Amino acid sequence: MSGSYLAKRLLLTLPTLFGVIVIIFVLLRVVPGDPIAMMVPPEAGPEDVARLRAVYGLDKSMVQQFAIFLGALARGDFGTSISLKQDVFGLVVGRLPATLELALVSIVFSLAAGLALALIATHLRGRWPEWLIDGFNSVALALPEFLWALLLVLALGVLVPLLPISGRFDPAVELPLATQFYLIESLVRGDFSLAAHLLPYLIMPALALSLPLIAVITRVLKSSLQDALAQDYVLFARINGFSAARILVRYALPNALIPAITVAGVHFIFLVGGTVLVELIFSYPGIGNMLYGAAVYRDLPLIQGVTIAFAVLFVLLNLLIDLLYLVINPRVRHS
Amino acid sequence: MRVWGWRANPRLVFGAFVALLLLVCTLFAPLLAPHDPMDQDLLNQLRPPVVMTGNDPAFALGTDELGRDLFSRLIYGAQPAVLVMVVGATLSGIVGVGLGLLAGYFGGWIDTGVSRVVEIFMSFPPMLIAIVLAAVIGPGLDTVIIAVVVIGWTRVCRVIRGEVLAMRELDFVTSARAAGVSHLRIIFHELVPNLAPLLAVLFGLEMGRAVVTEAVLAFIGFSSSDIATWGAMIAGGRSYLYQAWWITALPVAVIALSVLGLNALGDGLRQATDPLLRR
Repeated sequence: MSGSYLAKRLLLTLPTLFGVIVIIFVLLRVVPGDPIAMMVPPEAGPEDVARLRAVYGLDKSMVQQFAIFLGALARGDFGTSISLKQDVFGLVVGRLPATLELALVSIVFSLAAGLALALIATHLRGRWPEWLIDGFNSVALALPEFLWALLLVLALGVLVPLLPISGRFDPAVELPLATQFYLIESLVRGDFSLAAHLLPYLIMPALALSLPLIAVITRVLKSSLQDALAQDYVLFARINGFSAARILVRYALPNALIPAITVAGVHFIFLVGGTVLVELIFSYPGIGNMLYGAAVYRDLPLIQGVTIAFAVLFVLLNLLIDLLYLVINPRVRHS
Repeated sequence: MRVWGWRANPRLVFGAFVALLLLVCTLFAPLLAPHDPMDQDLLNQLRPPVVMTGNDPAFALGTDELGRDLFSRLIYGAQPAVLVMVVGATLSGIVGVGLGLLAGYFGGWIDTGVSRVVEIFMSFPPMLIAIVLAAVIGPGLDTVIIAVVVIGWTRVCRVIRGEVLAMRELDFVTSARAAGVSHLRIIFHELVPNLAPLLAVLFGLEMGRAVVTEAVLAFIGFSSSDIATWGAMIAGGRSYLYQAWWITALPVAVIALSVLGLNALGDGLRQATDPLLRR
């Protein structure tokens, strides 16, 4: 059934993606504000404006523009950036790896820390570590990544300068890499000294993104671990004399992971969305940071390209999470 | 039984304190602030707060890169924050609750339509929508409010719809319907009062989010540039992090306190109004 399920699921993403594209198109065209007026120097005459409007296709009707727009998107043609005078598709693809790497490291952080905190809090329930973790959770969850990013910059970048506060690497260091996935490629190549140079640049942005998610994962996993510990098979294991730690990790954890991963999946998407602000604060060269420049210059083609890139990322991530759910949940797999 | 005291409901007390503080700063800013928030004093740039060396007692919390008084700017910064949070959260609440009630109560094509639109909106990062919207409309406080409402109503709508969907099958609704009570009366006399505790939490959450959205948009430069905003303070201070970290730290602390306080206010109000939690 997996093949047909996958096909159906893929087909279902199309209407959402189409809706997203329609919204972006309408938002950027119908809302007042003339990008051409922003581009031309003050001495330009009306005929210059008209010529530029024609160059960017802004003189045609809305429906015509939408048809042209869709056709171009289908060919992978996202237009030319007004502020950077470069191909939008190339710009977005060039910056995307940085954002993906940041998101991936954040997700790894969240899963590892969430798992560890939930296990500790459950194992030591009723004692002070549990209260400490619960307290951390409520604060971590209440503040958004924008504030976490600034708090981290102030705490670990300025007051106790442990970590670099901007960029992806030290420009003085040479990067003998073929792709934009700096950290991943250096790890794959086994160049651990380069990886050790790159990692500090990722720690604070990734932490800012993952703190709220760590709290979510810990909370859900903790409560599902508690449910699992109340089951008969745990009682049976306990009667057989297995240690509490072994019961927790070997018996309760596998059953408790499913709800935690489901909830975490939904929040991965928020995390990817959070990269927009975190990249801006850490001057991290991903697509979120590029959106900021595009927004300031009202660079519509670039805004469009970045927005669509995010939407596609979201849709694909949703799909991936569904598939992951299929893999980890035996009940769905065998139905 | 007491539900309003510090012992019984510390969140409510903390939240109410923060909300009151914000309100007082908003209404009485000209009386409270020792300086004009936009007044530049180039002889007194980057002064630290009074607890640090090199301070000037005239500027209790120090000055920014243009010699503007940080204390006064923090107080005046409450004005746009409170305006955006109250107007933005109220409008998102009205749109979200209205559509959520319609979708959940009537179901059918209304539900399909509303849910699909919510789904599409939720497939964007909310801050991305806010930034793109602000870029297209142009800077200003009204832009910030529009952005807050556009990203806020979907969250309210989804929660309310789910709640109404479950509630409409309960006995008190079905019996009201069997007794021939009109739809409008059921919605306003049966459903809305039961949604009140949930609305309190949602309102608190949305106000907190509105404060952050306002700060983010002001930080990027999409709020009004004629007034003092916490976001603009952060943006200005960011270039002086190493010389004068307090310029950034003060507004960050104020925003964080506001968000925590407003969330606590929502939780506390729910605890005080929800009969199930009153134990």
